[in-house]
Amino acid sequence: MINNDSKVLLEVKNLKAEVAGVEILKGVDLTVRAGEVHAIMGVNGSGKSTFSKVLAGHPDYTVKGGTAALDGKDLFSLAAEERARAGLFLAFQYPVEIPGVSNNALLRLAYNTLQNERGLEELDPLEFEDLVQEKIKVVEMDPSFLDRSVNEGFSGGEKKRNEILQMAILEPKLAILDETDSGLDIDALRIVANGVNSLLTPDNAVVMVTHYQRLLNYIVPDYVHVMDSGRIVKTGGKELALELEARGYDWVRAAA
Amino acid sequence: MNLTKEQCFEQLLLGKDVKSEGWLAAIRIDALERARSLHFPSERHDDWRFTDMSPMFQHGFQPVGSFARLALADIGKFSIPGSIRLVFVDGYYDAGLSDLAQADAGVTVASLVERSGDQQIEAHFSRHVPYQQDAFAALNTRFFEDGAFVNVSGEVAAPIHILHVATRRETPSAIYPRCLVVMGKNSRATLIEDYAGIGDGVYLSNAVTEAVLEEHSQLQHVRVQREEKNAFHIGHGSVVAAKGSIYTSTSLAFGARVSRHTLHITQQGEGAEMHLNGLALISGRQIADTHTRIDHAVPKGKSVQLHKCIADGASHAVFSGKVIVHTGAVGTDSVQSSRNLLLSGKAHIDTQPQLEIYNEDVSCKHGATVGQIDADALFFLKSRGLDDVRARSLLTHAFAAEIIEKIPVPSLVESLDRTILDERMKVGE
Repeated sequence: MINNDSKVLLEVKNLKAEVAGVEILKGVDLTVRAGEVHAIMGVNGSGKSTFSKVLAGHPDYTVKGGTAALDGKDLFSLAAEERARAGLFLAFQYPVEIPGVSNNALLRLAYNTLQNERGLEELDPLEFEDLVQEKIKVVEMDPSFLDRSVNEGFSGGEKKRNEILQMAILEPKLAILDETDSGLDIDALRIVANGVNSLLTPDNAVVMVTHYQRLLNYIVPDYVHVMDSGRIVKTGGKELALELEARGYDWVRAAA
Repeated sequence: MNLTKEQCFEQLLLGKDVKSEGWLAAIRIDALERARSLHFPSERHDDWRFTDMSPMFQHGFQPVGSFARLALADIGKFSIPGSIRLVFVDGYYDAGLSDLAQADAGVTVASLVERSGDQQIEAHFSRHVPYQQDAFAALNTRFFEDGAFVNVSGEVAAPIHILHVATRRETPSAIYPRCLVVMGKNSRATLIEDYAGIGDGVYLSNAVTEAVLEEHSQLQHVRVQREEKNAFHIGHGSVVAAKGSIYTSTSLAFGARVSRHTLHITQQGEGAEMHLNGLALISGRQIADTHTRIDHAVPKGKSVQLHKCIADGASHAVFSGKVIVHTGAVGTDSVQSSRNLLLSGKAHIDTQPQLEIYNEDVSCKHGATVGQIDADALFFLKSRGLDDVRARSLLTHAFAAEIIEKIPVPSLVESLDRTILDERMKVGE
């Protein structure tokens, strides 16, 4: 929902970044306001996944120039965990399996870390149980997944649902969904999309990074950006995604 | 006091004249002679070359001459609810701290000295541990003050907790924990050997355990070494497994400045199964050495071993695991895996899985890996708001948890989990 009077949650200016000495982002500009849903589309290697990892603070990527502010806070002066506590959330394209760390214990630890940050009381295991049972409905997940190790032995769809469950628990200001639709069958895609939609409020925002238009049928974007060679080369409304689906990316790249 | 290796050994040989009668007196005399002629193993000895014992040799360990009185509250943090508990303080049996209320007709749990007339003791005591070749086992056999005798004939539901506590003394002390377990035919039990200290003393805990598994018996054998940080721990376990028996060992090494645990299992009857789970989790300047040996001497034996070392700081972990499949041991099925986690650039892990096969028609596999904290997992946890120390603690604990969770006593698993996470947080700060 576009409201040009709402507050700016993410302001990225002329962002340049490299990985292993290779420049990937070559000057990205993006403004996201509260209440908005953005989609960043592009071919493989265009830099869209790099963009999400740079914002989240992945150690393999080096910022070489530009700025990024989350709700007015300079992101690049914060460690990855401080960005998360400031309200940034990254749903991973390939969620990592962590044998030996229970899903429920991690969720509670992460939640209580945020509660501390906000100056609020931590929840004990019983209180947290009530919260998590409520949130788990958002992604239609079987509660038995809570007692299992994080993502261990989960199917692709279950892993993505688990990411959205984490988002539901942490209630970020800005969520970046990196290729959340990859590897999902149509039922899982619908569940994940419903989950994300139910979490949208006028006070938060979502940036979806995706290759295909498919996801955007379920989570309807206010803005669609096309990334190419490390820059955003075109911005439009949701109809741009349909045009990309029909015509491919070459015409945008040719025009850019 | 800074001693040489020779002086340290001489001091141990002086010991204390622990009196016994009859067959045991003869064994004690023999053991002292063996110890004297064996001496400490040389640094060049193949089984000892990885392990720097020199921090131990600086001390003159004295026998403990008097009984330290502890209150129940002093050992509260080690207690396991619902267990049959036998407590030894500095090697002496403490009946007051022990709790045998849960022991039923299917089990005898008692002081070795009090039960010294028992035929099972005479039949098995010192018959399985090769003290003739091992100076530390010989010293224990000569100088042990008392020990635990566990004789199981039925199915024992309550875990049996043998707790050894070392107290702080004026001078470094030498303590000789001893344990004999006899599992009768078809019997089942869970045994927890627990080595701990109170008051940060300097001591040598030199332990020997023998376990006899008769036909179709099952023993869950847990060993927790959580000695004080300036302590030295040498442990020797010998297990013999008869036909159809199942022996499961879960051995954890957390404490001591230098520790060494040797576990030797001999499959004596067809179809015996052995499951060995091991974990060393150390930091600072700690050294933890685990040597295991499994002898498949008869057909259709099965052994499954997973050993993990986690080394932080400038610590040094050693694992040497030998599986020997003897002539005639056809149909042996053995898997051995050594997995290791290095948490610091100064830490060091030596791992040596070894297979010796003198036979055809066997299935034997082994492997070893050494790795560091997974960078993707670390970033994931940070992206969920966890700081570096917390995230590393969680991942380190997760690596350890696979072993700890093999312990069939939930309250012990829980308390160890908590201790490890707390310790890791402290190490990280």
